[in-house]
Amino acid sequence: MRALTEPILEMRGITKTFPGVNALTDVNLAILPAEIHAVVGENGAGKSTLMKVLSGVYPHGTYDGEIMFEGASRKFTTISDSETAGIIIIHQELALVPLLSIAENIFLGHETAKRGVIDWFEALRRAAELLKKVGLKEHPNTLITDLGTGKQQLVEIAKALNKKVKLLILDEPTSSLNETDSNKLLSLLQELKAHGISSILITHKLNEVMKVADRITILRDGRTVDTLDTSTAKVSEDRIIKAMVGRELTDRYPPRAAKIGETILEVKDWNVFHPLHADRHLIRNVSFSARKGEVVGIAGLMGAGRTEFAMSLFGRAYGQKISGEVTIHGKKADVSTIPKAMAAGLAYVTEDRKTYGLVLIDHIKHNVTLANLDGVASKGVIDDLKELKVANKYRKDLAIRCSGVYQTTVNLSGGNQQKVVLSKWLFSGPDVLILDEPTRGIDVGAKYEIYAIINALAEAGKAIVVISSEMPELLGISDRIYVMNEGRFVAEMPTKEASQERIMRAIMNSWEKPR
Amino acid sequence: MSEITAQSEAKPDILRFVKAHIRDYALLLSLLAIMIFFQFTTNGTLFMPVNMTNIILQNSYIVIMALGMLLIIVAGHIDLSVGSVSGFIGAVAAVMMVSWKLDPFLSVIVCLLLGAAIGGLQGFFVAYHKIPAFIVTLAGMLIFKGLALTVLGGASVGPFPREFQLLSSGFIPDLFSVGLFNVTAMVIGTLVTAIIIYFNYRKRLNQQAHGLAEEPDVIFYGRNILIAIAFLGFSFLMARYKGLPNVLIVMFALIALFVFVTTNTTMGRRIYAMGGNEKATKLSGIDTEKLTFLIFVIMGALAALAGLIFAARLNVATPKAGLGFELDVIAACFIGGAATTGGVGKVIGAVIGAFIMGVMNNGMSIMGIGIDWQQVIKGAVLMLAVFLDVYYKNKAR
Repeated sequence: MRALTEPILEMRGITKTFPGVNALTDVNLAILPAEIHAVVGENGAGKSTLMKVLSGVYPHGTYDGEIMFEGASRKFTTISDSETAGIIIIHQELALVPLLSIAENIFLGHETAKRGVIDWFEALRRAAELLKKVGLKEHPNTLITDLGTGKQQLVEIAKALNKKVKLLILDEPTSSLNETDSNKLLSLLQELKAHGISSILITHKLNEVMKVADRITILRDGRTVDTLDTSTAKVSEDRIIKAMVGRELTDRYPPRAAKIGETILEVKDWNVFHPLHADRHLIRNVSFSARKGEVVGIAGLMGAGRTEFAMSLFGRAYGQKISGEVTIHGKKADVSTIPKAMAAGLAYVTEDRKTYGLVLIDHIKHNVTLANLDGVASKGVIDDLKELKVANKYRKDLAIRCSGVYQTTVNLSGGNQQKVVLSKWLFSGPDVLILDEPTRGIDVGAKYEIYAIINALAEAGKAIVVISSEMPELLGISDRIYVMNEGRFVAEMPTKEASQERIMRAIMNSWEKPR
Repeated sequence: MSEITAQSEAKPDILRFVKAHIRDYALLLSLLAIMIFFQFTTNGTLFMPVNMTNIILQNSYIVIMALGMLLIIVAGHIDLSVGSVSGFIGAVAAVMMVSWKLDPFLSVIVCLLLGAAIGGLQGFFVAYHKIPAFIVTLAGMLIFKGLALTVLGGASVGPFPREFQLLSSGFIPDLFSVGLFNVTAMVIGTLVTAIIIYFNYRKRLNQQAHGLAEEPDVIFYGRNILIAIAFLGFSFLMARYKGLPNVLIVMFALIALFVFVTTNTTMGRRIYAMGGNEKATKLSGIDTEKLTFLIFVIMGALAALAGLIFAARLNVATPKAGLGFELDVIAACFIGGAATTGGVGKVIGAVIGAFIMGVMNNGMSIMGIGIDWQQVIKGAVLMLAVFLDVYYKNKAR
């Protein structure tokens, strides 16, 4: 019966390239009227890129392919174009103004105003109406900041309804919601469906997909792998996971013979709370170890708490009320400040090299020595030539491609920027090197080089901890893998026994049950 | 690269080098152009020995505060209180020396420490409580303006003891008097010139030994010859009046110190890194809070020194002393190429910026331009300088 209906949205042959990367290749997606359509895939599979193409963030002309909406070809060049057409996207990070009220947020940019003067009576009346539709029992004058994340999601949907939404896109809507709020949101989607509004649900939580989705499109490496119809065939989670990760491992990773020695770093019962919300328990009783010459991977989805764990370990650079015990080389270590953590032998290479890694306006030489200026200075006076030699040594060792060590780091490619950050931390002489998403935003060739550097460091007797959202990468370079979800380590396995299915299953099985 | 290609590329190298460093020279050339302009419009008064001495004396306190302000701006902050603090310290100095008849030397030490403490207090709130420096120092500006009035009881206090006046009105005594020409000044000037050129030359040799000399020979020698001409010429002018003012020596020593700290020490490097990216710097194990605190302490001490010099120059502490100094100081840094976003700026730039303002003040006053239009012109120059800086930075991208 549904097969006869014309799709409300059809994306045909969408191809989107970034310099050096094919983000999307010939992707097809069709959404039927009044259906809930799940889009699933690993991190980096291209889900977000596809939605950005659809919503006009990447304007028409920057991609190949065609978008048909309500039977006509559409060429969106801005987000407001797609919103006018009735396609509204709700991002993972909500776009609400925290210190404005619900009503003010709902009508932001579409105020109920005459000649610039707001009709507050009308605004409150309509806001109340919309809130009733989404099932939110709050006064429209309540400030957003006083609402929980679940209720904020509902406000976002109310805002979308006000804009006469025809196709609602939700990007990981339940990632920060508890089970009750998630269920509420999912039943709201089903209610909207009954009113003829289609939704695209982007999520990692396959149990939710199984519960509400009419059809499922699976993306992998920027391609559509499969579209499954839950009404015509029995679809199992296994089937979806296989399609999500089913990729062959080729020799994208340099070979390595691991020589693993004694334990260098040991962490026991590590607990961390959110830096602003003291009651949000982010890292729960994590215990962890890394040995000499070992590459330890930490797998998990975005938001699992891996970065928070690593940064809290590195001199409490993140979080508050941190507790737990750290042992380095068998001795209790004080890692309560960054200088102390560095003195204890830790180094943390950030996932966000532009914000936390580099002084972008400065050149390579100055960035390389920043974490160990005393290593090129005596009595506080920098030895310029010594510094230059150090910078040139790392430039050569790590094959940083640049016009010279005086090149400003902002002008380097992602891979070379990453090598500069790595150089900085190598020069600080650590025993344990924590690499957070070391290959994010780096092209394939540079990735291989980074892997080779990681191997060389492990061979030199350092303990390497790699946090990565790309499971094949972890399987390719690490010796042992921890799996993290919702702030806990939910599995640990030697890489020999690990597989993407096993990791994904460990994550899927660990979602917290309702409290 | 082989010798032959290196030589055949010699000519474009010079052009390329000049192009790459044009902004470094543009500022100095602007100052020179402004001086020559006023030399004509004032019928040759500007370069007269007595007037050059005056320009130094009139601007020394602005230059001294600009040194500290540059650190603050490079670190990504601002200090609006320096004018009030310098006025307040001048008032305290007057009370100590004139009313209480305390030893001038002791008073100066106490005043400098008090200035450092004031800077430290403000720095404490900025560094450890993350209150924007704009707010903290705006409060400080009001507080110390008020306290200066209170300390002086609304009246002017003076005159100062003679020893103290020498800080501003004294000159290095001439050891071998030859009529009207101050030989000591010329000797010191020549020595300083020789030392600067010696260090430049040594650095050059060192660079060449490691194959790192970027600067073409022509530019290197030209630059040093110009330095020699400027320094010797300046010393000659000074020598023809009363010689080298004490303040000039203090100022020159501080400039040299700050150039050294910003370019050659780990502390200087850390300040620039912090201004460029505080998060990355902190994550590199640098105590950014302590560093911020320290910068404000230095600024406080320099504001105190400036206040003392100003009070000694007027030979009286008035409640209005220091009024609006902060604007000249901040303007000097921005004219000198510092960036509001932090991480960028040079000590020499700030010094030249201060003298651009100073020469304009002096030249316009001699020309008889009213204080009203002087303000308008100075404002326009500040706007133009920053606009050109930003414009060419964007264009370079």
